[in-house]
Amino acid sequence: MSFILTEDQDMLRETALSFVAGELPVSHLRALRDKGANGNDAATRKKLAELGFFGVIIPDEPGADTFGLVGLGQILEAQGRTLAATPLLQTALIAASALQLGGTPAQKAEWLPKIAAGEATFALALDESAHFSPYSVATEAERNGQGFTLNGLKKYVPDAHYADMLVVAARTFGEAGDRHGISLFLVPRGAKGVGIQTLNTVDSHGAAHVSLDDVHVPASALLGPADEGADILDPVLDRAAIGLAAEMLGSAQAAFDMTLEYLNNRKQFGQLIGSFQSLQHRAAKMFVELEMTRSCVAAALSAADAGKSDVAELASLAKAKAGELAHLVSNECVQMHGGIGMTDAAEPGFFMKRARVQEALYGSASWHRDRYAKLNGY
Amino acid sequence: MAYDNAEQLEEFRLETRKWLEENCPPSMRTPMPDDELVWGGRSAVFKNAESKVWLDRMGEKGWTSPEWPKEYGGGGLSRAEARVLEQELRRIKARPPLFSFGLWMFGPALLEFGNHEQKLRFIPDILKGKTRWCQGYSEPGAGSDLAGLQTRCEDKGDHYLINGQKVWTSYADKADWIFCLVRTDTSTKHEGISFILFDMKSPGVEARPIQLISGESPFCETFFTDVKVPKEQLVGKVNGGWEIAKRLLQFERSSISAGGFGGTGGSGILGPEDYAKQHIGTDESGRLTDGDLRGRITDHKMYAKAFSLTVQRQTEQAKAGQAVGHTASILKYAAAKMNQDRHELLIEALGTEGLGWEGEGFDKGAKKVTRQWLRSKGNSIEGGTSEINLNVIAKRVLGLKEHQ
Repeated sequence: MSFILTEDQDMLRETALSFVAGELPVSHLRALRDKGANGNDAATRKKLAELGFFGVIIPDEPGADTFGLVGLGQILEAQGRTLAATPLLQTALIAASALQLGGTPAQKAEWLPKIAAGEATFALALDESAHFSPYSVATEAERNGQGFTLNGLKKYVPDAHYADMLVVAARTFGEAGDRHGISLFLVPRGAKGVGIQTLNTVDSHGAAHVSLDDVHVPASALLGPADEGADILDPVLDRAAIGLAAEMLGSAQAAFDMTLEYLNNRKQFGQLIGSFQSLQHRAAKMFVELEMTRSCVAAALSAADAGKSDVAELASLAKAKAGELAHLVSNECVQMHGGIGMTDAAEPGFFMKRARVQEALYGSASWHRDRYAKLNGY
Repeated sequence: MAYDNAEQLEEFRLETRKWLEENCPPSMRTPMPDDELVWGGRSAVFKNAESKVWLDRMGEKGWTSPEWPKEYGGGGLSRAEARVLEQELRRIKARPPLFSFGLWMFGPALLEFGNHEQKLRFIPDILKGKTRWCQGYSEPGAGSDLAGLQTRCEDKGDHYLINGQKVWTSYADKADWIFCLVRTDTSTKHEGISFILFDMKSPGVEARPIQLISGESPFCETFFTDVKVPKEQLVGKVNGGWEIAKRLLQFERSSISAGGFGGTGGSGILGPEDYAKQHIGTDESGRLTDGDLRGRITDHKMYAKAFSLTVQRQTEQAKAGQAVGHTASILKYAAAKMNQDRHELLIEALGTEGLGWEGEGFDKGAKKVTRQWLRSKGNSIEGGTSEINLNVIAKRVLGLKEHQ
């Protein structure tokens, strides 16, 4: 495990930071919101593709080096800083990982180059209730001749309102709650029987409820082994949690920086409010938490690249720490901005809203704490 | 010896390995019982004779502080070589040959601020564990406001005369020498402090141990009545001691928090989850039945893991020249919180088993936890209170301004 970026990863980080600062400031998300775009932003997707950000973990040729999840983590952290709505988590991380881990040679050959080029976007259709609970999949996939017929309802699927393809988790065996019996399928969003209900979400990134109504897919749509989809899903979800934690770290850092700047400019009682000790100590505590979370995220990204056996534990650590941090910092950001922090004209509210969505996806802090305890035998 | 390529470094590794194989006594490669810890000094007692052999051999090579200059008896190793030595010591699970405030705090400060004669006189004996040092900083009226210290140091022409009182002087009753902050000018505050060294056997020095809420402690009250100190024992400039004092505090905070007060719980030490399993119980899948306590234990365990990853990250970054300033304050603050939380949970999990003071009827390990729980309350006070550390972070790291 290493906490130091390679020269290439460091350059990627700098590129990403300057790209989001220049092209995707928070005001960009505000403008998308005011247009009612629900985070669907084709112009940005094109720029991300030009930068090569979709292909960060996909080798140019089999076996070649990539920037790794550590590299992609730098980009996700950067986009977190400005709350940018991009398909990178769903497509460049989740779908690319699922295909790399479970895809057939034909599936890899068809989709990985398209992902890397930014020509195809994906969305993972997993949750069916309001809470993350991966083995609770009840959506049915019934064997039907050479293929499968899918029926079910997926809730709050990020990017599903515009993605080209869905990765659908469905049950080919057993009952909701069983780890065994889950299978993954590649389903075109435009397939017959797929219903998309676009959601206007609190963070303005949007999402969709996805209904599957007698959706027929061929056997070649199966991603990974039938019934043992959890063997693919588990590591993919760990990577998703780590990537999202990196994004959350960026959001928390930006909300913290904004707060610090306000503390150093706003005057009351003839004093900078940042000179009051009660606020100084709260700022210092936030900084300690930021430093600790940064270590957890870096360790988790690096462990995932190295394929270490403690990836699951570190994923839960990073996502739980990032969840606690995101709430601490975004709440303090609003509070320390006072009345202005409550207005829509100011930016703190955007961070607080996005933090709630980040927290709910791929396991809340509470969910990951519980899993961490389980993994450690108590 | 400068090893500038991997091949030479590998050669150094082999030599080191061979030397350690020949010179590290067998019992020094086994886990160390608390009562075999070596602090050195004129009146050192070695419970295990091999501890002395190990200290003498390591001290002779200067490897008790491998990167200190050879000129003063140090190992003279480069950073890369020192890392190799560390790895090789870890490989054979060697015990640290010496625990010493001289090595951790005073030595680094003296190397930075002392003159050549002072370094020649004091550094070699620190390395060999021949002199045990204590720290004369806090006073009854100068705790967090350390610069408010009042111990007087008067220039009497051919010597200095010291009168005053220190408190929280760790091991003052066992130390040979003291490095001490004294007031040489009463008309100003920070600019009137000097850094001086003297023998604890000097006439007029008296140390009395302090009883804590946790029982016996290494801390002392230390009294100075007309203590005569030769003039060459003042370090740096007269009235220039505050700069040295602050630098030394950084070394102190680093050495305290590097081990996290032992709060991460090494292998073999029972954690709150173990006591909770034992005294509260588990369900059929082996999980703690008290879900609320389990959640709080997990929260703490994650904090401890995040802490140790942060120590690793900051160490790696420092080596790569990307250090964050004032990491000592960050880690000291976090380490204190971590160790206190850990002991609150330990006591909670033990229930009444954790409420024994002494005598029969209680588990020996549990009684130790009880004392450690009480002792841990000092973690957020000693070596700079948590509030002072938060001030340092707010002002020095975050750049928040002073109240006008």
